[in-house]
Amino acid sequence: MTARFDLWWLPRAVVLGLIAFIIFGPLTNLVLWTVAEKWYFPHMLPLEYGFSFWQRVFSSRGNAMSSLATSILIASLTVLVSLVLAIPAGYALSRLKLPFRGLILLAFLIPQAFPNLPVYVNIARFFYEIGLNGTITGVVLVHVTHGLVYAVWIATAAFAAVDVDLEEAARSIGAGPMRAFRDVTLPLAAPGLLASAIFVFLESLDEFTGSYFVGAPDVNTLPLLLYTAGAGGNYQIASITALLLLVPSIGFMLVVERFLRADVLSKVGH
Amino acid sequence: MTRQAFLKVENLSVGYGGTTVLTDLDLSIGKGEFVALLGSSGCGKTTLLRTIAGFAKPSAGAVSVAGRDVTQLPPDKRGMALVFQSYALWPHMTVAQNIGYGLKLQGRSRGEIEKRVTEMQALLGLGGLGSRKPGQLSGGQRQRVALGRALAIDPEILLLDEPLSNLDARIRLTVRHEIRSLQKRLGITAIHVTHDREEAMVMADRIVIMNAGRIEQQGTPEDVYNRPASPFVAAFMGAENLLTMQARVSGEHIELMESAMSPPTVTGRGGRDVTSGPVELRFRAEAASLVRNGEKTTPAAGALELRGQVASVTYPGGHWRHAVHLGNQEILVDADRPFDQGETVKVHVPESSLFIFNA
Repeated sequence: MTARFDLWWLPRAVVLGLIAFIIFGPLTNLVLWTVAEKWYFPHMLPLEYGFSFWQRVFSSRGNAMSSLATSILIASLTVLVSLVLAIPAGYALSRLKLPFRGLILLAFLIPQAFPNLPVYVNIARFFYEIGLNGTITGVVLVHVTHGLVYAVWIATAAFAAVDVDLEEAARSIGAGPMRAFRDVTLPLAAPGLLASAIFVFLESLDEFTGSYFVGAPDVNTLPLLLYTAGAGGNYQIASITALLLLVPSIGFMLVVERFLRADVLSKVGH
Repeated sequence: MTRQAFLKVENLSVGYGGTTVLTDLDLSIGKGEFVALLGSSGCGKTTLLRTIAGFAKPSAGAVSVAGRDVTQLPPDKRGMALVFQSYALWPHMTVAQNIGYGLKLQGRSRGEIEKRVTEMQALLGLGGLGSRKPGQLSGGQRQRVALGRALAIDPEILLLDEPLSNLDARIRLTVRHEIRSLQKRLGITAIHVTHDREEAMVMADRIVIMNAGRIEQQGTPEDVYNRPASPFVAAFMGAENLLTMQARVSGEHIELMESAMSPPTVTGRGGRDVTSGPVELRFRAEAASLVRNGEKTTPAAGALELRGQVASVTYPGGHWRHAVHLGNQEILVDADRPFDQGETVKVHVPESSLFIFNA
């Protein structure tokens, strides 16, 4: 009896170990690279450890910090523009009985449906003609088209989760439509909107293809830096940059778990 | 009762999409009057209330308050306050903020708002709950907050959309009287939508019974209870026993023809609009009385006598309820004492409790 039990644990342990390796293997490798001073084939582990590459990344001469600043600026502007568009759009889609509501929501998916590369190449060509290539504005616009789908879908769900009665209760005791929206609907939808903002922020922070075609080499974002470092065989710099990009993602996961309630999530895409 | 119209609804028609919910409806309500809109679900009573409040747009007709046409005004400019069935309290605000919101909109000073909110809380028995969020309150307390929020702004007209239907049956009974006495004390004009007959009877000065988008009858509770104008109203007000007979009308008398279950009966017409021919008789179980077959009692003048057999006896409390077979029909009759199952009995229905309509 006990012997059979032991035998059963073996395949389970192997499968679990394999899954853990698939998930954490590359991450471990990445973390190791950030602190490796010297590491080459055929050694399993780095030969020397140290933080000299961190110094290089964060030194005034390294362009990691300026790239980070550019990335954050672009991401913030993208969030701003997306929300300005998504709040009225999401509210209208959730409240008004618009015909083709589903189709309108699907339309926001179109930028995701096509292969990125040809789309961005064309955008780049067009932006070049009107002088938007290589500008922050250009990159922000590209990121907005990309992020709007999340922004609108989640905003629609967030507004749909706010009961119409709550709004009408405010209207009935003297609040105008804008006032009722400001005092009742917006605060109640805020957690969902915050989640959509964070989604868009992270999408922008991670976005590579569009930034590459529209922004490079004048606008240098963190993923572009990562690409250059990686392509140049500079794994330490690339890994440290990647680790920097990981921080907001993990923070986001925690926030989403805290703020996105089930009733909002269940209305995404409806 | 001053019947000078304060709120006036004229030729109102409302529809959603292709379906019309209300057709050509007229209603006028006096100042300080408590009117109940009574009807089963889907009869248009909530739509009427929402149209008066300004949340539904009429396709034709007008709504006016004190002579002022408000048909085109948005809900926030009508000087009314609506209490929702779901209460619709704002979960992100405290009780005090909920109640004080309307005053804040009016631009009152903070001290004034605080004073009024404390007043409302005291009035509604919500003292000490001001800093709670709605989620921390019981159903009855939430209902009071919703009422307080509406009353705080001193509305000209208070609209109540089935505000009691989400409460426990026991709490509901006390809240009925609370709302009624509050309305009387404040002298406020109120329209109360409900599907509960007893609730409407207990609370309202006037009951408006609606059916399929029209007003079937309106009048005082005694009026609609004792003088239903149509079979629908009679049935809705509890006269569920239904018999069909032949009648001959002559002057102020109605002669009901002899049938297998009853001898010929002459009863007063009592101002009823009935013509000779087949008629529909309706009466309440508690209005009729049972008499043992052999017993020598003559029914009162104008009363209808029916012969039948007790099919079953139940005790719903206070009295015994008998299902009595009359040929192949069955009626329900209450009595103070139980009769045996299978016993042959006579059923007496007094003239005043007999509702006769042309079939």
